[in-house]
Amino acid sequence: MEMVKRPLPAGFQKVSGDDNTEEYFINMGPQHPATHGVLRLVLRLDGETVRECVPHLGYIHRGIEKQAESETYLQYVHLTDRMDYLTSHMNNHSVCMAIEKAVGIGVPDRAEYIRVMVLELNRISSHLMMFGCFGGDLGAQTALLYGFKEREVITDIFDELCGARLTMNYFRPGGVANDIPDTFIARVKKVIVDVERTLEEFDRLITGNVIIQERSRGIGILTREDAIAYGCTGCVLRASGVPYDLRKDDPYSIYDRLDFDVPTKQNGDSFDRYVIHIDEIRQSIRILQQCIEQIPEGPYRSKEKPSYRLPAGSYYAATETAKGIFGTYVVAEKGDKPWRIHSRSPNFANLSPIGKMVKGHMIADVVTVITTLDILIPDIDR
Amino acid sequence: MAAPVILDTYFKRTVLGALGLLKGMSVTLGYFFRPSRILTEQYPENRKTLKLHPAFRGEVIMPHDENGDHKCTGCTLCEKACPNATISVLNTKNIAGKKVLGKYIYRIDQCTLCGLCIEACPFDAIHMGNGFEHARTQRDGFDLILNKKEGRG
Repeated sequence: MEMVKRPLPAGFQKVSGDDNTEEYFINMGPQHPATHGVLRLVLRLDGETVRECVPHLGYIHRGIEKQAESETYLQYVHLTDRMDYLTSHMNNHSVCMAIEKAVGIGVPDRAEYIRVMVLELNRISSHLMMFGCFGGDLGAQTALLYGFKEREVITDIFDELCGARLTMNYFRPGGVANDIPDTFIARVKKVIVDVERTLEEFDRLITGNVIIQERSRGIGILTREDAIAYGCTGCVLRASGVPYDLRKDDPYSIYDRLDFDVPTKQNGDSFDRYVIHIDEIRQSIRILQQCIEQIPEGPYRSKEKPSYRLPAGSYYAATETAKGIFGTYVVAEKGDKPWRIHSRSPNFANLSPIGKMVKGHMIADVVTVITTLDILIPDIDR
Repeated sequence: MAAPVILDTYFKRTVLGALGLLKGMSVTLGYFFRPSRILTEQYPENRKTLKLHPAFRGEVIMPHDENGDHKCTGCTLCEKACPNATISVLNTKNIAGKKVLGKYIYRIDQCTLCGLCIEACPFDAIHMGNGFEHARTQRDGFDLILNKKEGRG
């Protein structure tokens, strides 16, 4: 029987000349629960083995960068909440730093300490979510609930602090929107105790579990060279053996005054990418403890302005979010609105090596790789 | 011989795997005896006792005093601060010919609850309220008029 030659979908190159077997394509997503949003992966399969994987994007494109051109700088800050909504404080920080750099606004000491504490709480909550999804995607639904349970406490602190649980809009150029409530420090201390205990539970529940280890060790290996070549940042890069963290290598805010380590792993497989998140939570707790001791009295914001006018030129500020480096590039002309804003999102770069990572693995391993890359689709499309 | 080696590793791995599972289950079992660590809110059954933080941003409200007056002067700073054209401030003139607030239109379906209007207000006339149940079965009814009486203030 003669095989019917079908045209290949867009984005694929013909790889094998073997006419006896028929490779077939399936869509993983855009409505797949394990792709963490509307990500569509087109898989070329041979049986259950993945031969090729091409991600297709654009299902949640909202045109935030275009919308930024018609909004003032102060109004743009709240839009960045909606990019990577698990790390909204860090996105806000990046925009505020770009504005501060351009206008030359100083930030009071107390505001810097409040910022760093909030940022690290945000990092812990994002990593806890990653832990939960990692367990949930690999079949341990209990872990999903435990991750969310601890995250809930941190979300509630944010709720009391700035009035929102997810889209915070708390950072302002030159400081933060309002001072911390009296209960804040006590609650952070309680969170530190709780999270430390939970990490111990995580180790017993997930890290030592044989099913999890069998399913993640040696799966989706990203080499050091590939990680650098694809522009990966954050935990993905550090799990491949590159100790690059913007907080250490190009310190912003008050990170140069604080004592913490940058955890690094060497294998670059899914298990390492998971373990490094747990290690980072421990480092964030160290930073929080130092901030609680050192936080000074004083103003929480330098002089407020109804609108900020940036001098013409281009400005760039980058922060190390829970996912990697989030950069904001602002091109300003006269007026209180930007001419163009571009965001360098960590998730886009972290997703790009997926084709190389899942080649030769099973379909179920694609889920493992996606969840350990810790990607968030609204940040990729913006 | 290969067979005993395979059996040995197979046996070892099975035992170690079972131990790991039991260890994990001990964590789960612990929650049965420590219900104090469970955080679940029984919404909507607990609607009467539900307490939100005072800072919670649920909707924009305009507080009125006992005479039915508000502090809004109709300066439209909140309208300019809003990123989504949620707020429209329509002014009129009172009997003395002075500019006063006519209608304060708040379109709650467009609001992203960023709170910039509250910060922009120099008279403390609008606040963020705690109400969060805004779901409706009809498309109309989202345009709220926040001031109770026209032309006062």
